[in-house]
Amino acid sequence: MKPFTVHRGRVAPLDRVNVDTDQIIPKQFLKRIEKTGFGQFVFYDWRFGADGKKNPDFILHEPRYEGASILVAGKNFGCGSSREHAVWALADFGFRAVISSSFADIFANNSTKNGFLTVKLTDAEVATVVRRAQEIDDYELTIDLEQSEVQDDQGFRASFPVDPFVRHCLLNGLDDIGLTLQHEAEIAVFEAQHPVSEALRTA
Amino acid sequence: MSSSSAFIRGDGTLLAVSWDTALLSASLSCTVLFHHGKRGTEIEPDFIVGSILPRCASCEKLIPYQFLPANMRTARTLFEKIWDDHLVAQPDGRSPILYIDLHLVHEVTSPQAFDGLRAAGRKVRQPLRTVATVDHNVPTEPRGTPITDLIAANQIAALQRNCKEFGIRLFDMDSAEQGIVHVIGPELGLTQPGMTIVCGDSHTSTHGAFGSLAFGIGTSEVEHVLATQCLVQQKPKTMKIEVRGRLAEGVTAKDLALGIIGQIGTDGATGHVIEYAGPAVRALSMEGRMTLCNMSIEAGARAGMVAPDETTIAYVLGRRYAPIGDEWDQAVDCWRNLPSDEGAIFDKVVEIDAAQLCPFVTWGTNPGMVAPVTGRVPETKSMQDSDRRAAELALQYMALEPGKRIEEIGIDRVFIGSCTNSRIEDLRAAARVAKGHRVNSNVRAMVVPGSQAIKRAAEQEGLHRIFQEAGFEWRESGCSMCLGMNPDILQPGERCASTSNRNFEGRQGRGGRTHLVSPMMAAAAAIAGHFTDIRNWEFH
Repeated sequence: MKPFTVHRGRVAPLDRVNVDTDQIIPKQFLKRIEKTGFGQFVFYDWRFGADGKKNPDFILHEPRYEGASILVAGKNFGCGSSREHAVWALADFGFRAVISSSFADIFANNSTKNGFLTVKLTDAEVATVVRRAQEIDDYELTIDLEQSEVQDDQGFRASFPVDPFVRHCLLNGLDDIGLTLQHEAEIAVFEAQHPVSEALRTA
Repeated sequence: MSSSSAFIRGDGTLLAVSWDTALLSASLSCTVLFHHGKRGTEIEPDFIVGSILPRCASCEKLIPYQFLPANMRTARTLFEKIWDDHLVAQPDGRSPILYIDLHLVHEVTSPQAFDGLRAAGRKVRQPLRTVATVDHNVPTEPRGTPITDLIAANQIAALQRNCKEFGIRLFDMDSAEQGIVHVIGPELGLTQPGMTIVCGDSHTSTHGAFGSLAFGIGTSEVEHVLATQCLVQQKPKTMKIEVRGRLAEGVTAKDLALGIIGQIGTDGATGHVIEYAGPAVRALSMEGRMTLCNMSIEAGARAGMVAPDETTIAYVLGRRYAPIGDEWDQAVDCWRNLPSDEGAIFDKVVEIDAAQLCPFVTWGTNPGMVAPVTGRVPETKSMQDSDRRAAELALQYMALEPGKRIEEIGIDRVFIGSCTNSRIEDLRAAARVAKGHRVNSNVRAMVVPGSQAIKRAAEQEGLHRIFQEAGFEWRESGCSMCLGMNPDILQPGERCASTSNRNFEGRQGRGGRTHLVSPMMAAAAAIAGHFTDIRNWEFH
């Protein structure tokens, strides 16, 4: 997993609440069996018309947000389906982090496995970032995971909560399967005490 | 008095602790709590719920958890019992490692996980605890019809190869047990009380109906469970939803779920595991409980659960993978100890009055946007800022005006199916409505049983004939138009009454407009051509 330490980048504001994973990556793109190449489909139905033509009004198509690597959106980001394709698509498109006032649990979990950061700020802080991203040209933020802090060049500064173990894994790009397998002895003891049922072994 | 002092009786039980400058005292039963005034008084048990923490019975102030009498702190919820029973390790400075009893797998969220195993040279640790089926992509035309979508066919073939390579039991397209993963798990007796169950699908919460801890995971976690049979998890919070009274005739588990989400919102339970309790939940069949738990994720919950009881035990008994012989007796003994202890503390408690519920219809683009069938599309003017904007965008997408009567909304399509509402009880309810009627000439309606077993059972009862004679299509099992990964999709602008779980933009097909309802309400809408109150239906 790609480590996340400090990231500075342009901010794109998606001023909507409850952005669900069906919007982030529509179902017709879930049939691929690879993990890569989903970026072209991110927010597909918002970015493209039914005829496949670019929707010039969509925020990510505005020239001033081109190359944005930080997305800021309203509460309950990533709700709905568990599809990790949503994180793969955002990351493949070039985003390293999403800022919101709340995230759906599964989306937040999936993000941590992909070196992708969910930055939880208060409603007022999110509103500030959205407004500045709308009003200030080339608005950029710096996200410092070690310090659990975001700041801009205009004096905005806020801290965000992050589980210490999740931070450790993200900072170091750790594969948590390997970490769990360090507990092989404990897993084996548990399995000896909880054998597979007769019905599963025979039926 | 300092906040840490405590009064201990001679026999070791806690009599009272101080809380700030006031005094918290507890009766011997510790079911009534006072934080001032009545030191050591013996009182009749009367535990006050309705908040994050119990309140002082005298002044109603919240009583902090750490000041609760010891025997209340050790009372555990259903969730906590299962969690504690599955802890493999709690490494310092890390999230706990939880053992997973059952891992369900389907074609869409697993191929990258199997690739990950291969790349790392890992095996599936417990193939017998891993069970797979194909459901999301499968066409619902008669089996044997070739899959024309080559990318979908490739994904199904990938699951077949992976199951063979890693030794996993697969209920394939041609299997008599094929069906939606959340339908066949319970049906085959794989789903049992007290288990931890995961699947790369958010509606895994369905299995919580049996008093198991069941939740959806992403593909990285699918790989983690395949490799280790464990998951690294932060402990969620708990929420109790107490449903008082009884659901009226025509008001179903689906309406209860929609009513709850309408009240607490689509993020109302984020970070929490819900336990549904109360007489209205006890009275639900297993099918109803599955519908209710299924929709927990739509309120943002990590999982939803119902404590096992005689209804649960009777459902599991005799199913193919249910325990047998001595294992059955031991299992039932364990299951009877699972329900939350009296006095167990939930982080949040929500109370619902079943008598206030009615048949609901969603009007917007998330499952929290609901209205009674007798109501109207809401006015957006009075809403809070971000809610108003969301509602305006939703109404624009849904092509609806505020104030429009729900019963005046005409529909083009009806979908009866999905892991929410495709079980035999759902089909019986819809067939009862359809019997002797005709689907409206402007409507195309389809019924998609959740599994091959349900399809067979329904055909034995003659339900398929009732549907077909009324003009409904009777199809093969799968996820179908719930998410439209197979050819069953809405056309742009089409409006659908659907028994599924999500009314997100484009969910059932780009530009499609989804209204979530119960199976009875969907069947009635198919016949009337618009939404109609099932409580006034003329049954034949």
